[in-house]
Amino acid sequence: MNLNLTLIGQLIAFTIFVIFCMKYVWPPISGALAERQKKIAEGLDAADKAARELENAKSQIEDELKQARTQVTELLEQANKRSSQIVEEAQDKARAEAEKIMASAQAQIAQDAAQAREALRADVAKLAVVGAERVLGATVDQAAHKKLLAELADEL
Amino acid sequence: MALQNPTPSEYIQHHLTNLTYGYHPENGWSFAHGAKEASEMGFMAIHVDTMAWSVGLGILFCWLFRVGAKAAHAGVPTGVLNFVELMVEFVDKSVKETFHGKSNLIAPLALTICCWIFLMNLMDLVPVDLVPYLFMIAGVEYMKIVPTTDVNATLGMSIGVFLLIIFYSIKIKGVGGFVGELTLQPFGKWMIPFNFLLEGVGLIAKPISLALRLFGNLYAGELIFILIALLPFYLQWFLSVPWAIFHILVIVLQAFIFMMLTIVYLSMAHEHH
Repeated sequence: MNLNLTLIGQLIAFTIFVIFCMKYVWPPISGALAERQKKIAEGLDAADKAARELENAKSQIEDELKQARTQVTELLEQANKRSSQIVEEAQDKARAEAEKIMASAQAQIAQDAAQAREALRADVAKLAVVGAERVLGATVDQAAHKKLLAELADEL
Repeated sequence: MALQNPTPSEYIQHHLTNLTYGYHPENGWSFAHGAKEASEMGFMAIHVDTMAWSVGLGILFCWLFRVGAKAAHAGVPTGVLNFVELMVEFVDKSVKETFHGKSNLIAPLALTICCWIFLMNLMDLVPVDLVPYLFMIAGVEYMKIVPTTDVNATLGMSIGVFLLIIFYSIKIKGVGGFVGELTLQPFGKWMIPFNFLLEGVGLIAKPISLALRLFGNLYAGELIFILIALLPFYLQWFLSVPWAIFHILVIVLQAFIFMMLTIVYLSMAHEHH
């Protein structure tokens, strides 16, 4: 184990390697590492932000859906109301129309009945006269018995 | 030159000898032939194998991470960038957990230490005879391929760390603060010599322990691989495989420990006591 110049040679070599490492190796690598760390941190931040935005958008969608749903319910209600209103109106109109038709029909019937009665009465008066003539064998003087005939006709 | 039928102790000795180039009192500047000549060269010698392998692996580390650094971008990482970023993040986390000041040096320093020491330790898993044998065929007598089994290499690094400890201690606390820290505690100003002895030993122990811990672990591991290599070939795998698997843990752990202790020492240098 001789201590000799090798020691000094090693010291010099060591110094040179350390200086080389310090100047040309360490700074670019640690710089790149720091930059990458920054990039990753930024990426994570961006991801967080995007997640938050997604959350916001989701809640917004939820709100809008809720609003739309209430609107639809409202519209449906309105439509229902309107339709029942229309139905009622139609029913009212139809009822009125039916009453009108019924009234006119009744009036017609009454008129027809009166006419028929009138005609029957006249016929009865005539028949009565003919019957009386057959019975009496003579002509009934219409004029003479006019009053009588009228009474008869009234009684029928 | 090359050993023919070496005795076990010759074999071990051969494997533990560095390829040394230096100034020999008799032969002048030359490669040492054997451990004896290498030690006769004294301080004026250099372990060529240690230097070559460690610098080569250091360049491999720089190249690999430079490729990653050039490819670095903030998008999805691929290929080499993945691995490089993994290492950078791991080191960065370790530094941030321990060191709370602001420094452009400590993290790259820790990264260099961790990766470079790991690569040097990794050479320990290369079969012990393979590379020396190839070099011997090429005519190179000695070749120790694990730089961290050379105490010069580990001490070289830990002295670098030690200089940084002193530099930051003085930079942050001033000369007075640093000297005060060395002399005025733990027992106050009436015990200055004693305090200085205590704190001085504590300070010097940091680089020494740092270097010797790494060196000792790897040297011992290497030695055991060499001893296993002395067994008959049909028995070797029975021991070398478990030891290699265990050693995977050791080489990573030692690189990590060297890095963590460096960070701890430097963060201590930044703090006031």
